Amino acid sequence: MSKKILLDKINIEGIKSFDVYRANGGYASVEKALKMAPNDVIEEVKKSGLRGRGGAGFPTGMKWSFLDKKSGRPKYLVCNADESEPGTFKDRYLMEFIPHLLIEGMIVSSFALEANLSFIYVRGEFRWIIKILEQAIAEAKRAGFLGKNILGTGYDLELVVQTGAGAYICGEETALLESLEGKRGLPRIKPPFPAVVGLYGMPTVVNNVESIAVVPWIVLNSGEEYAKVGTAKSAGTKLISACGNINKPGVYEIELGLPVEEFIFSEEYCGGIANGKRMKAVVAGGSSVPILPTELILKTAAGENRLMSYESLSDGGFATGTMLGSGGFIVYDEDQCIVRNTWNFARFYHHESCGQCSPCREGTGWMERILHSIENGHGKMSDIDLLWDVQRKIEGNTICPLGDAAAWPVASAIRHFREEFEWHVMEPKECMNRNYGLREKSIMSIA
Amino acid sequence: MIKVTIDNIEIEVAEGTTIMNAARQVGGKIVPPAMCYYTSLKGSGGKCRACLVKVAQGSAKDPRPMPKLVASCCTNAQDGMVVQNITSPDVVEARRGIVEMLLVNHPLDCPICDQAGECELQNFAFDHGLEKTRSDFHRREFDPIDIGPHIKLHMTRCILCYRCTMVADQLTEERVHGILWRGEKSEISTYIQKAVENDFSGNMIDVCPVGALTDRHFRFRNRVWYLNPMDAHRDCKKCSGKVVLWLRGEEVYRVTGRKDEVGEVKEFICNECRWDHFDVKDWKVEGPREMEKWSVITANKYSDEAVELPDELYSKLNNEKWNEFEGVT
Repeated sequence: MSKKILLDKINIEGIKSFDVYRANGGYASVEKALKMAPNDVIEEVKKSGLRGRGGAGFPTGMKWSFLDKKSGRPKYLVCNADESEPGTFKDRYLMEFIPHLLIEGMIVSSFALEANLSFIYVRGEFRWIIKILEQAIAEAKRAGFLGKNILGTGYDLELVVQTGAGAYICGEETALLESLEGKRGLPRIKPPFPAVVGLYGMPTVVNNVESIAVVPWIVLNSGEEYAKVGTAKSAGTKLISACGNINKPGVYEIELGLPVEEFIFSEEYCGGIANGKRMKAVVAGGSSVPILPTELILKTAAGENRLMSYESLSDGGFATGTMLGSGGFIVYDEDQCIVRNTWNFARFYHHESCGQCSPCREGTGWMERILHSIENGHGKMSDIDLLWDVQRKIEGNTICPLGDAAAWPVASAIRHFREEFEWHVMEPKECMNRNYGLREKSIMSIA
Repeated sequence: MIKVTIDNIEIEVAEGTTIMNAARQVGGKIVPPAMCYYTSLKGSGGKCRACLVKVAQGSAKDPRPMPKLVASCCTNAQDGMVVQNITSPDVVEARRGIVEMLLVNHPLDCPICDQAGECELQNFAFDHGLEKTRSDFHRREFDPIDIGPHIKLHMTRCILCYRCTMVADQLTEERVHGILWRGEKSEISTYIQKAVENDFSGNMIDVCPVGALTDRHFRFRNRVWYLNPMDAHRDCKKCSGKVVLWLRGEEVYRVTGRKDEVGEVKEFICNECRWDHFDVKDWKVEGPREMEKWSVITANKYSDEAVELPDELYSKLNNEKWNEFEGVT
C-alpha cells in the first residue's frame, strides 16, 4: 500500500461526524497551528512543495506569500469547491465522506493568511454536500474551533458556505469571486491578480479543496516530511478520479511518481481495462487536457516510463505530452470513438463558455458544429484543417483559460487521431453504424 | 514619463497609460482596432480581443517577452516596452481569427443595415479579415425588438461588446438594460422588454460598434454616405449641445454625438438634442465635419477635387477582391 495522507481515515465508521473525527486525531493541527506565527505556517507549506490541486499546479505556498498583508485591508480565503470539470470528482468525494478535513484545513489556512472570514464556494449541483458542510461547520463551531476567540487564542474565524448556480466558468477563480459578490460569473481581466484585488476588492487567496485539505497534515508533520513523499518536483499525494472503461472506477489517492501503467493495470488501482478490451486512449487530467494514445501515455516520446506526476505527464510539451490537471483520469477502450468524444467535450465547452470574449464565445460553438457534422457523416476533408485552424485561433487569445481548455482536446485529438477523423469523412455510414448501432440494438432489445 | 516603442516608433507617454492609448497618441496605422474598448466608459475593453498585440520586450527592467498576445486596451505600458502591432505576423494572424469569430454569427446584412458605412466591424473586417467566410452553419438569430420609443435592437447583429450596458450603467440612472443568458446565447435585453426611457439612452446607439442598436427615427430612411455631416450646437441645459447634424439638402435626417478620430464620442448628448430638434433653424451650424475613420462618408463631398484612395487600398482591391469577382463572372 502506498502512503495515504488525505484518505487514511476515510474508512473509519462515522468519520463524517465531529466526535469520531476528533477522536481519531482530527483538529490536532488547529491546536498546533494556532500556537505558531501565521507566517511560519506559510513557510511550512512553502517547504512542502505543495502544488495547487485544482489543475494549473501553481505552488500553493508561493500563492499564499503573494497575498498583500501589509496594507491592513481585510483578507479573504476562498475555497474553490466548484468542481465541474468532466471526469473529475475528487473534491466531491472528500467533502462528502470526510467534510471535517476540509473545515480543519480551512481553519489552519485562514489562520496562516490572517483571514477572519472565509468562504467555501460549492458547485450548485452539490445540494447534499452543502448540507453536509453546513452541519460540519455547526459541529466545529459548537466545539469551539470556529467563531470568536478560537481555543482561547484570540483568533476569530467565520466560515460561510456559498453555492454557485451550476456554471463551469465559476470554477475560474476571478469568475468565482464575481459570482461570490453576487454578479454575473464573468472572469476578470488580469492583472490585477486576486492576491492584490480579489473579493470585494480585497486581497484574496483562492484554493482548491484538495490543496486546503492537505494543509493540516503538513502542519502536523512538517513541510519537509511532505516533500519526501512523491517526486522532487511533484511533492506529496494526489487524488485521482478514475473513470471510463476500467474495471474499478473510483477515487484513488496515489503517491505522485507512480507509473501510469501500474495505475491503470494494477489491482490496487484501476484494475485493468474492462471486458478484456485493449486500451485506446487516456485523458489524464480532466476533459481540458490533451488526450493521449496508449503508446504515448505509457511511455514518453523519449521511451521512458510515464509517471503520474506534473513533470512526467507534461514531458514533451503538447506535441507528445499532456497535463496532470485536476486528476480526472478517463480511460477509453478500443471501441470508443475519439471524434464522438471530442464532439462531446466541445459541446460542453460551447455550453459553458461565458460569452464575454469573442474567440471563445463564437469559436467553441463553431468547433462544436464542425465536429457534429463530421461525427454525423456530413464532414468534408477540409473541415479537419478548418477545425485545427479554429482551435489555434482560440488558444491563448482569450481572457481566461476556458478558451485554452476548449482548444486543447480538439487539437490533441486531431494531432494523435487524425486518421480517425479522416475515416469519419470517408466512411460516414460505417462510422454511424459503429457509434450508434449499439444504442439502436439496445433500444430494440427493450422493445 | 515612460518610453514605449510601438511598431518601431518610440513615444513618451505618462505612466499608467495603456498600450492602446499610447498608440493612439502616435496615430495612423499602428493604432490597434477596438471593438469594445471605449475611453469614457469605465470597465470597458478586453472582451473583443481585436486589439491583441505582441509584447516583444516587457520593460527595461524585465526584458522578457510576454508569453501570450495581450489586449492592448487593458495592459499598461511599461518603461522600455517594445510592442509589435501590425509588424508581427502572429498579431495579424490572430486578428484574422478574431474577425472570423466575430463574423461567424454576424448576419452580414450590410446592404439593409443602417450602420453600413460607419460600422466598426466593416472597417475591422476590411483591414484584417479574410476574403471569404469559412463557416456555412446556421447563424444565431433573434427577432428585432423595440427597446423604448427611440431605439431598435437587432440582437442578431450584436457582437456583445457590452458598451451599451455600460452606458446604461454609467450615464443613466435607472438600470433596466443588461445581458441575459450565457455564451453564444447571450442576449442584450431590457428587463422583460421594459422600455429604456431616460435622457441619455440615445448614446447607446452611438457607442454600438455595429448595427445592433439603431435609431428608430432614422431606420431605412437614408444611407449615411448620402448625408452631409455638419458640426452644430445649441444651448442645452442637459448636455453640451455639441452635435453632428446629418443633412441632405435642408433636411436633418438625424443628430448624433461627435465622434473623434478613433470613433469615440467624447461628449455624450441628451435625447432632447438627438430627437426633438430636426429643424436646421434650431441649430448653429459650424461647418462640415471631417470623418477620418469613415472616409466613405465625407469623401468627395466638401471639395471639388476627387479624393484619391490610398495606394495600399487600391492594390488590395486590385489584387485580391477584384480578380475574384472577375473569376466568378
